[in-house]
Amino acid sequence: MLDTIDDRYKTLEKSIKKLGYEKNTLIEVLHNAQETFGYLGIDTLKFIAKRLKLPYSKVYGVATFYNYFRLKPKGRHNIVVCLGTACYIKGSNKILETIERRYGIKADETTSDGALSILTARCFGSCSLAPVIVCDEQIKGNVSLENPLCEIEEKIK
Amino acid sequence: MITSIQELRDFAQKNERDFSVPKGIHPKEKRVVLENIGVINPDSIEEYIARGGYMSLFKVLDEMTPSEVIEEVKISGLRGRGGGGYPTGLKWESVSKVQSEQKYIICNGDEGDPGAFMDRAVMEGDPHRVLEGMTIAGYACDANKGYIYVRSEYPMAVEKLTRAIKQASKLGILGENIAHSGFSFSVEIRLGAGAFVCGEATALVASIEGGRGHPRQKPPHLSDHGLWGEPTVLNNVETFANIAAIIKNGGAWFKNIGTETSSGTKVFALTGHIKNTGLIEVPMGTTLREIIFDIGGGVENDKKFKAIQSGGPSGGCIPEHLLDLQVDYESLKSAGSIMGSGGLIVIDNSSNMVEIARFFMDFCASESCGKCTPCRVGTTELTRLLDKFIAKNATKKDFELLKEMCEVVKSTSLCGLGQTAPNPVLSTIKYFEDEYLAGIKDE
Ligand SMILES: Cc1cc2nc3c(=O)[nH]c(=O)nc-3n(C[C@H](O)[C@H](O)[C@H](O)COP(=O)(O)O)c2cc1C
Ligand code: SF4
Ligand code: FES
Repeated sequence: MLDTIDDRYKTLEKSIKKLGYEKNTLIEVLHNAQETFGYLGIDTLKFIAKRLKLPYSKVYGVATFYNYFRLKPKGRHNIVVCLGTACYIKGSNKILETIERRYGIKADETTSDGALSILTARCFGSCSLAPVIVCDEQIKGNVSLENPLCEIEEKIK
Repeated sequence: MITSIQELRDFAQKNERDFSVPKGIHPKEKRVVLENIGVINPDSIEEYIARGGYMSLFKVLDEMTPSEVIEEVKISGLRGRGGGGYPTGLKWESVSKVQSEQKYIICNGDEGDPGAFMDRAVMEGDPHRVLEGMTIAGYACDANKGYIYVRSEYPMAVEKLTRAIKQASKLGILGENIAHSGFSFSVEIRLGAGAFVCGEATALVASIEGGRGHPRQKPPHLSDHGLWGEPTVLNNVETFANIAAIIKNGGAWFKNIGTETSSGTKVFALTGHIKNTGLIEVPMGTTLREIIFDIGGGVENDKKFKAIQSGGPSGGCIPEHLLDLQVDYESLKSAGSIMGSGGLIVIDNSSNMVEIARFFMDFCASESCGKCTPCRVGTTELTRLLDKFIAKNATKKDFELLKEMCEVVKSTSLCGLGQTAPNPVLSTIKYFEDEYLAGIKDE
């Protein structure tokens, strides 16, 4: 386990080096770190602060300002419900409620066994297919209210 | 390497092929910005060039002075497609007049309005068109560095643009001393990270600089004090996508399309309760009725039309009796909405307008950057007030408070987000007041 963590820090270090340790690449670095670790843990943020010679408060401030950055790990599977205008008009809030009820967790939470996270998004630019959800990075359009969960049910079991 | 306009022509000829134009384009549409979408392979610079791509850039480098380029854009009457509608030629002119060693061109690909995907289509389907427009802007304003700020939800756009930059650089169309003209231009992509406010110009600049996307007071404008304090042109994706056509066909040609004050075409994303969803491009001045019923096929499931929302969280809802309104900057404004970036959401009569107003207010409340109090606190309080109307336990006093607070937030917020956040409420009060009154309990 430790080894793989070290490897991930090595990957991150490499990408910071490639960006020239420039302070203004902070957002790029956070993107890379989230891609490598799946989320931005406190230790990762501290590491980044040291490497870019930035105060930790600044790194934390930027990471929490942007919706895209996650400070908690995601579940093994995830459903992202689009709550953009086009999807909202087509009932995406009801779809979210159905899914929340089904798994007993709220948006931005993960089931206690770590199997599933429910997330929300502002728009994927696939609004012609509204309502849209994304199951494990796979986009699904024209989701029906009756059965919004599609094949993800199978995977989670 | 392509080093002259003749070589570009030869290259185009060599790659010529039969491009079939997609079927199903409505006769009321006119394609300028979208002319290559679905026609060329966005991964192929050869196809872009074969369709006349980069010809405008080479023409500019070969035959035109920077001020002639700006003049042509001014003649065209092109106004910014990001929402505000500021004349593009004037914006470029003010940057061109500032003396500075370093200037920047920024393309705003943040497309924050949820329900809109015009810019996504252009970045993914015709990335070179954006690069060509930016490079021409660079030449006109004496800037040699460009950034494209793309929202993180659009990984495909990033991929297409990255490939396009590589291809253009390889052929010498981007980079040092383009076509032996002495002009150099390079482009980098910067990723957003899911903050609506970062679409605002000064916040976007702060985000490229690596910080939190907080807007700042203007002036100083970006034309004087932009990215890293240097003079900066910032335009929307669709704005840049119009430039090559304006140079190719002339500003007068463009000016002839559309209406007196709003020239050219506009791309709209049609969504909501409408039969044909998707992207359309129409001359400015087309009426809402033509867009919804002729091109869009009318309301889906044979329900009745109630309103059309334009301009996203900064816009408003337009009711049925205004359907013959011509779509241009001024008309939409006079109806209490705005052009916005091009999202059009059709709403049928099963929807409650107070809930829709609340949806947008809640959006603004969670996207408020928190820098100034009227927006940070006001949008939250407004959301709570709207909840009372939805729960049907508001009072007459709440209604007065609602209207008053809208005015306060509008007039005292620092940036466009707060200044326009009350618009969806105000426009629904204007046209659907009875739905608010229905939320007031008897006393
Ligand atoms: C809160 C807010 C969000 C905005 N979001 C965008 C956006 O996503 N895309 C965009 O092009 N312009 C957006 N704008 C407008 C920009 O500030 C700017 O006016 C525009 O990009 C300038 O380009 P144009 O002149 O070509 O329209 C936004 C403005 C505000 C106040
Ligand atoms: S109006 Fe809202 S988004 Fe704009 S600066 Fe103030 S708090 Fe931030
Ligand atoms: S609003 Fe859901 S994909 Fe655009």
